[in-house]
Amino acid sequence: MSVVDRQQWDVVVVGAGGAGLRAAIEARERGARTAVICKSLFGKAHTVMAEGGIAAAMGNANSGDNWQVHFRDTMRGGKFLNQWRMAELHAQEAPQRVWELETWGALFDRTKDGRISQRNFGGHEYPRLAHVGDRTGLELIRTLQQKIVSLQQEDFAETGDYESRLKVFQECTVTRVLKEGERSEVGGRPAEGRGRVSGVFGYERETGRFFVLEAPSVVIATGGIGKSFKVTSNSWEYTGDGHALALLAGAPLLNMEFVQFHPTGMVWPPSVKGILVTESVRGDGGVLRNSEGKRFMFDYVPDVFKDKYAVTEEEGDRWYDDPDHNRRPPELLPRDEVARAINSEVKEGRGSPHGGVFLDVSTRMPAEVIKRRLPSMYHQFKELADVDITAEPMEVGPTCHYVMGGIAVDSDTAAARGVPGLFAAGEVAGGMHGSNRLGGNSLSDLLVFGRRAGWHAAEYAAGRASGARPRVDDAQVDAAAAEALRPFSAEAEAPEPSDGPPENPYTLHQELQQTMNDLVGIIRREPEMKQALEKLAELRVRARRAGVEGHRQFNPGWHLALDLRNMLLVSECVARAALERTESRGGHTREDHPSMDRRWRPANLLCSLADPSGGPAATDPERGQITLERRTTEPVRPDLLALFEKDELAKYLAEEELS
Amino acid sequence: MSGYEARFKVWRGDVEGGGLEDFRVEVNEGEVVLDIIHRLQATQAPDLAVRWNCKAGKCGSCSAEINGRPRLLCMTRMSVFTPEETITVTPLRAFPVVRDLVTDVGFNYTKAREVPSFVPPADLGPGEYRMMQEDVDRSQEFRKCIECFLCQDTCHVVRDHEENKPAFAGPRFLMRVAELDMHPLDSAGDTGLDRGRTAQDEHGLGYCNITKCCTEVCPEGIKITDNALIPLKERAVDRKYDPLVWLGSKIGRRT
Amino acid sequence: MATGTEPPATEPHPRGGGVHTPTRAAIRAPHLRTDRWWLAPAATAAGLLAFVVYSTWRAFANADYYAAPYVSPFYSPCLAENCEPMRSGPNWEILGSWWGISPAIIILIFPLGFRLTCYYYRKAYYRGFWASPPACAVAEPHKKYTGETRFPLVLQNIHRYFFYAALLVALILTYDTVLAFRDEHYDWGHMGLGTLVFLANIVLIWAYTLSCHSCRHIVGGKLKHFSRHPVRYRMWQWVGKLNARHMQLAWASLVSVALADFYVYLVASGAFDDPRLF
Repeated sequence: MSVVDRQQWDVVVVGAGGAGLRAAIEARERGARTAVICKSLFGKAHTVMAEGGIAAAMGNANSGDNWQVHFRDTMRGGKFLNQWRMAELHAQEAPQRVWELETWGALFDRTKDGRISQRNFGGHEYPRLAHVGDRTGLELIRTLQQKIVSLQQEDFAETGDYESRLKVFQECTVTRVLKEGERSEVGGRPAEGRGRVSGVFGYERETGRFFVLEAPSVVIATGGIGKSFKVTSNSWEYTGDGHALALLAGAPLLNMEFVQFHPTGMVWPPSVKGILVTESVRGDGGVLRNSEGKRFMFDYVPDVFKDKYAVTEEEGDRWYDDPDHNRRPPELLPRDEVARAINSEVKEGRGSPHGGVFLDVSTRMPAEVIKRRLPSMYHQFKELADVDITAEPMEVGPTCHYVMGGIAVDSDTAAARGVPGLFAAGEVAGGMHGSNRLGGNSLSDLLVFGRRAGWHAAEYAAGRASGARPRVDDAQVDAAAAEALRPFSAEAEAPEPSDGPPENPYTLHQELQQTMNDLVGIIRREPEMKQALEKLAELRVRARRAGVEGHRQFNPGWHLALDLRNMLLVSECVARAALERTESRGGHTREDHPSMDRRWRPANLLCSLADPSGGPAATDPERGQITLERRTTEPVRPDLLALFEKDELAKYLAEEELS
Repeated sequence: MSGYEARFKVWRGDVEGGGLEDFRVEVNEGEVVLDIIHRLQATQAPDLAVRWNCKAGKCGSCSAEINGRPRLLCMTRMSVFTPEETITVTPLRAFPVVRDLVTDVGFNYTKAREVPSFVPPADLGPGEYRMMQEDVDRSQEFRKCIECFLCQDTCHVVRDHEENKPAFAGPRFLMRVAELDMHPLDSAGDTGLDRGRTAQDEHGLGYCNITKCCTEVCPEGIKITDNALIPLKERAVDRKYDPLVWLGSKIGRRT
Repeated sequence: MATGTEPPATEPHPRGGGVHTPTRAAIRAPHLRTDRWWLAPAATAAGLLAFVVYSTWRAFANADYYAAPYVSPFYSPCLAENCEPMRSGPNWEILGSWWGISPAIIILIFPLGFRLTCYYYRKAYYRGFWASPPACAVAEPHKKYTGETRFPLVLQNIHRYFFYAALLVALILTYDTVLAFRDEHYDWGHMGLGTLVFLANIVLIWAYTLSCHSCRHIVGGKLKHFSRHPVRYRMWQWVGKLNARHMQLAWASLVSVALADFYVYLVASGAFDDPRLF
């Protein structure tokens, strides 16, 4: 069975979005032979959908901005749950990462004096987002893609082979991270001490053939989990692959209960429900109104933000032109607040005809300005909903957008906890954003920690190279191959004959999405989450019978059947962690525990695999696959705490943390 | 318009052969062709191969041909067709087919590698770049490209003449040359690289007969022909066919 | 239910070039367009053909091209001795008496060359006459294609010289239009219907000439830094706006120049009497 293509690399990057490509560039520039594995075509990653911008305190638009202010905003946005060292590094290094993009050919919008223009965004004190109209993510991905091509051109000039030191494996999916010194069975209990990474196992979509890339370092940069929810702004790739790969390899996931619902997704027509409406619409002057025409956000400013936001519409409107003497309008509150507010308005019967609220720029800006500043929004509504946003309001509602939780990593090195050789960066890594991410902090996160992951992965690989390369265990490869092929034989050899007929993976996926959306969605309740866990257990049993037709060449049914494993694992993490955290904070809102609890502030919830052997637990609804562990975080460094006013800290931190 | 049952013909097969397969499938208000393809997958043809990612016209993955015209499946609304119409969906016909609606677009990645990258100015470090908005506007238009490769697919130079593929970069990558040549800080010239000349000599600009199909199919509305290809042709003329400029450069070189 | 496991009725792979290259999807039809894609190239071809027929007739006619104060744009400037005398009109006998055939031929080379190498007309006739391609995603009939890489089509690159010539021609036609503010006795300060026809024509000729892609390149497009040349940047923007209408202007000016000539023909041949406005 183990007749699979094998290659040797120093660093393997799983994922080719912003973080993955940035990691690959760094690793290659530091001398590591680097392979990038890309679930789609090169340059199509979900990063292209980022619209607003890259947050970096360059101070081009307002010279008052600096990394300390950015750090403060990030911590406030995350309700102080952030892994503070990450927030610090992020705020410090983001400007360098943006400027570096310019040297690779990126063309941001400019200020009058020729520097990079920066725009306002929710939760950011100053205009801070470097942007290109409303297609910043595209610019980012294209720039990184072109930088990779330029490195390949250098290698070609030197070695005659474009791919001698940096290769992109397009349309390939990794299903297992392989480890040294483990029992042969996939995911078997680790031998003494956890094993080191030895490579990855995956399949090529086009041919369905398996491959193994042997490498001492693996960087996971696979993005998020949005495809487990029905209404989402995420693309099909977002099936939590990296989260699941890490779990299965023995690395824990951090704070998975925090899922960001972006306040403004399209709600009509049904087929586009969830597609993102960029926050720039509000940053540039768009306002939210309910069916009574009221700017309802003024009623939803929470206590912790009371003195930072305008009280009257007039003040809010003045702020766009004179930000130094007025406070910002509450439409620009962090995303969690706005999403909850919209949810309440709709629930109380003041929603728009299709169950959202109105987002209006048409009465706020001339049509020409709208088309220039928000070209792709104009295009998107015109093409997909027949709505002319220069003449009428948009209808918007919350959509699952981002997961703050993720692989627990070391702040400085991006190394995953517990598995030597495994690194993670970007959305798949947890901690940076705490309980809620500010808009614009994602793209900067990708760059800052993508680079760090690539750097340390290359360093680790170089250190390992002096010793023997890690050995890939044939038995692990065989087991991974058998696991990947199971959907083809679902009918023939059901685990137990009485289990029932093969299941349609598309149906299972739809049921999973509905479950997560309805029961572990934006507002959560204990009984519903318990119900969700039961449903997930049922789906897990049925997913073992997910069968597919046809053959292995580019077979989407098969791919989905394999992705289901990941989505189910990740969904269970979200549900279990959400059930455990009995407070509301950022992207986690409990109807039965509606307020933020300072005692929960230093608490991290870590998910790990309950039974790595994949044995009975996987099918036992009571036990589930995931165990939760509560960990107390390291206290925030005093000099960073000193950046805040004492009475602001008192709102977040428990007494003993303040002293 | 509420739900109805539409008639579809979808090409299925691989490099060995294939044909148009008939389907009848439900269509609801506001749907796009990609929704219908997904419905086919979920209910009738689970292994129907199609590429897609964002479903919002931003990633350029779901390129195919609908009723013979190159389009994005996710941006083609069902409301542009009458309920009686049979809608034919085929893979891109300028590239080798992989399976069903999926083609091998490797040609484009090969061509991308052949365009020399941005050359940063030697005397400017990160953070020191100063560019005026009016100087970046032109290149920014080209950077809106989502690389759906519809222009590459529709361009008759390679669509109708496989043998031209080695010599011709296609509209997308000629536009890339134009983008770099118009970049206010690209310093290719300092390294002896003349982008205007190489457009003609190495990337096959001369094959373009400006029949504008690339512009017609561009889902981003980029004026590929008027703003990139023709200006690039004029730049090539400056270098190659303008005796005054030629003479000037000869004299300039001698002194 | 179609399971999709069995391939549909497989067509044998058509062997050929282009869309029938064996590696591509096996679809026998050279194209699958269902709209009336042939309409645009057919209309273009018909329009251009009509102009060619008309202008050939008029250019070789060597008659009825002057009716004071109007001179047909086909015959202006008139550069041979065999021109009809036009008082203070554009007849400069540069070529002398050896030129025997219609003097229109000498001068029509320039506007003809300008339009023949024009980026819009190239598209129009490549599509309309040469079917290369007939329409987007419709297979072209030619076995080989080298575009504008070789002689003679590589000559299309001299478009900018025809543009310079076209500027001169437009200047002369402007002069003719000024002359049209006379009456048939050469007294100034008069207008007839013909004056209006000439005015409309010259406006369209200028708009078409200035909207030329080469012009756009020369005034500013060739620059790398617009910000350092604010005046040329403004001109480039202005030409760009016109350039977006290059196709419409190409047709409008083609029709107007033919109409101006036809008007002169009607008046000169006595079929119609130019109504004087004042």
